[in-house]
Amino acid sequence: MNTNMMRFSFSSQSRNEAFARVTVASFVSQLDPTMDELTEIKTVVSEAVTNSIIHGYNSDPDQMITIICTLSDDEVELIIQDEGVGIPDVDEAMEPLYTSKPDLERSGMGFTIMENFMDHVYVHSTEGEGTTVTMNKQFNRSKAMSQ
Amino acid sequence: MGLTVDYELKETILLARLNGELDHHTASELKESWQLALQQPGIKHMVLNLESLSFMDSSGLGVILGRYKELKAEGREMVVCSLTPAVDRLFQLSGLFKIIRFEENERYALETFGVVLS
Ligand SMILES: Nc1ncnc2c1ncn2[C@@H]1O[C@H](COP(=O)(O)OP(=O)(O)OP(=O)(O)O)[C@@H](O)[C@H]1O
Ligand SMILES: [Mg+2]
Repeated sequence: MNTNMMRFSFSSQSRNEAFARVTVASFVSQLDPTMDELTEIKTVVSEAVTNSIIHGYNSDPDQMITIICTLSDDEVELIIQDEGVGIPDVDEAMEPLYTSKPDLERSGMGFTIMENFMDHVYVHSTEGEGTTVTMNKQFNRSKAMSQ
Repeated sequence: MGLTVDYELKETILLARLNGELDHHTASELKESWQLALQQPGIKHMVLNLESLSFMDSSGLGVILGRYKELKAEGREMVVCSLTPAVDRLFQLSGLFKIIRFEENERYALETFGVVLS
């Protein structure tokens, strides 16, 4: 099995959201995903990074977010980490339409989108220490099998 | 990349066309210009054209639903048209399809408000 990995960190500023999703998408392009799969990857990166900025760091622009992306065969693993406030109740946070910030025009769809677009989403969070979101996705199952 | 917005007045209907990427970063700028545009006198309802939106995430859902609610509170209506498949999927997932009225294209959306383009 061939494994290829990359890791990068950036300031918790909203202008970096586009940078983060485009960077991950261009790394993942090595696996020859479909356009739809690339859109899914960009969207989930955007969701997790936005959550770290808004919720994890309460929009403090001077913190850091780290992304680790691992490709093995036709599978991608994405890890998005912050050292922010953490989530007191992960099960509640992952429920569709749950948001702790309705005043900021959030609608509680971020985790629902991540779970729909990826095969697996795992959230590890400790209050006062931060949040790590780990997501996996296998590309083009049928294409890979017919090779 | 970013996001650009064109606002146009068609009789009493505000037509807004979004172009580019709508995320948390661009949503806050959009909210400001959108609220300003809606304050122009003589505007009754609005049409939001998403044909040239190349990216959207949950921040886009939030800013669109936010304006929809503001308009509705004043008895005004918003119709969204020309969804790309990716944006369509987000509206389906979020259940916004059940709340907001969607039309296939701009011409038809305007027509539902009685605006006929020559
Ligand atoms: N990195 C994080 N740090 C702290 N809290 C988080 C983090 N990510 C998510 N949360 C919590 O989980 C909740 C649900 O997140 P989710 O992304 O589903 O919705 P949202 O961000 O509130 O709204 P939307 O994503 O639709 O804009 C958030 O409201 C927040 O309370
Ligand atoms: Mg979110």
